[in-house]
Amino acid sequence: MLPRFELSQPQTLPEALKALAGGVGQPLAGGTNLFPDLRGGREKGDTFISLSQVGELRYIEHTDNRVTLGSGATISDILRDPQMKIAAPALVAASDIFAGAMVRNAATIGGNVCCGSPSADSVPPLLTLGADVTLASASGERTLPLDEFYLDYKKTVMKPDELLASISWTPPTPGSAHLFYKLSRRKGDAITITGISVLVEAEGGKCKTVRIALGSVAPTIFRAHEAEGMLAGRVLTSELIEEAAQSAAGQCKPISDNRASAEYRLLTAHSLTRRLLRQAWKQAS
Amino acid sequence: MSSEKAVTLRVNGNEVNIITPAHRTLLEALRHEGFVEIKSGCEKGDCGACAVLLDGVPVDSCITLAWHAEGRDVTTIKGLGNSDSPDPLQKAFIETGGAQCGYCTPGMIIAAKALLNENPEPSLDDIKKALSGNLCRCTGYTKIFEAVQIAAEDLRKEGEAA
Repeated sequence: MLPRFELSQPQTLPEALKALAGGVGQPLAGGTNLFPDLRGGREKGDTFISLSQVGELRYIEHTDNRVTLGSGATISDILRDPQMKIAAPALVAASDIFAGAMVRNAATIGGNVCCGSPSADSVPPLLTLGADVTLASASGERTLPLDEFYLDYKKTVMKPDELLASISWTPPTPGSAHLFYKLSRRKGDAITITGISVLVEAEGGKCKTVRIALGSVAPTIFRAHEAEGMLAGRVLTSELIEEAAQSAAGQCKPISDNRASAEYRLLTAHSLTRRLLRQAWKQAS
Repeated sequence: MSSEKAVTLRVNGNEVNIITPAHRTLLEALRHEGFVEIKSGCEKGDCGACAVLLDGVPVDSCITLAWHAEGRDVTTIKGLGNSDSPDPLQKAFIETGGAQCGYCTPGMIIAAKALLNENPEPSLDDIKKALSGNLCRCTGYTKIFEAVQIAAEDLRKEGEAA
């Protein structure tokens, strides 16, 4: 049984923002994370604002050079979108092995991003796309890089009256590589031990753009900026890739839990960054 | 905000009226109404024993609120067929021994039904993905995957004959 709570069911985005501005109640998206956490006592709350009926938040839009995901789009919506394989290959790869089939039908991209979990599988691919998040409140909107969204374990820059409205990015250039790897015990219904996404765009035999994001190896999912700086504008030799992988691993602050030890996470963060960088360079160059 | 609310939904085509508080899950509300063919397992969206179709889409009813099913169509395993007139999936699970203790079976068949509605010729990998949120602790899945393949073939033959 779930602990007792009150629920409001706004039908439109302005209604939802007004409810949030009232200061009573937290947003509820697909509930696939929140309900187990409420039941397990890991989350508390006596009033929730359900976003399920706010149809304006559930959309996927492809324009000339921009993709926008409404925060209410489900993981299954991402998998069903035929253009997403080109617009965000690693996001599709992550969605494909996200929890189980029924959870994918209910879980929203907004919920996965906002829960702030280090093991949220949609986040490393969105970080390597250089995605922006747009936060809405009754008093207006602001857009910031997803890279600046997370502060600490399950802590984000969002204010209590704000809602994640959408996530947007410029699709990778044709020929670039956008990869995701999830290390876990099984392919389905598993929580990530180490999650990595890499994007490499090459031009004239050199690495033009590179982004590396690591999950489940620190209190937040993060970009390995130092490692990216070592690779940008250069030919990615094995030696250089090894140095960058070492640097990325150096940024990890993993914990030991019932899925893996901190040592194992560190080791795999290093080896998987190396593996994905090699693979991405081979694909893109 | 009211703590309890009257919710009308359709279960297997029949209208059902329930009065329920916001925190009641669809699983709890429907079992309370006698739909005990929906099984309660992990109650956290891992095992899929409680799967139902909500407007044709399979969801875990243990992490779906009853309020969210208002005005919608719920299909349970009993809505697919019965012993006199079983769904090809039900028949195939019996034939292959895809059900052992039977506890996961309603959820397995619901998830498989959603797959076959959308994809009449699923590969083994498609079947594994569609059943990735359904856990079985008896069979090791081999017979379950076989049952879905047989049902898919039966449905295709039915389609060709019709």
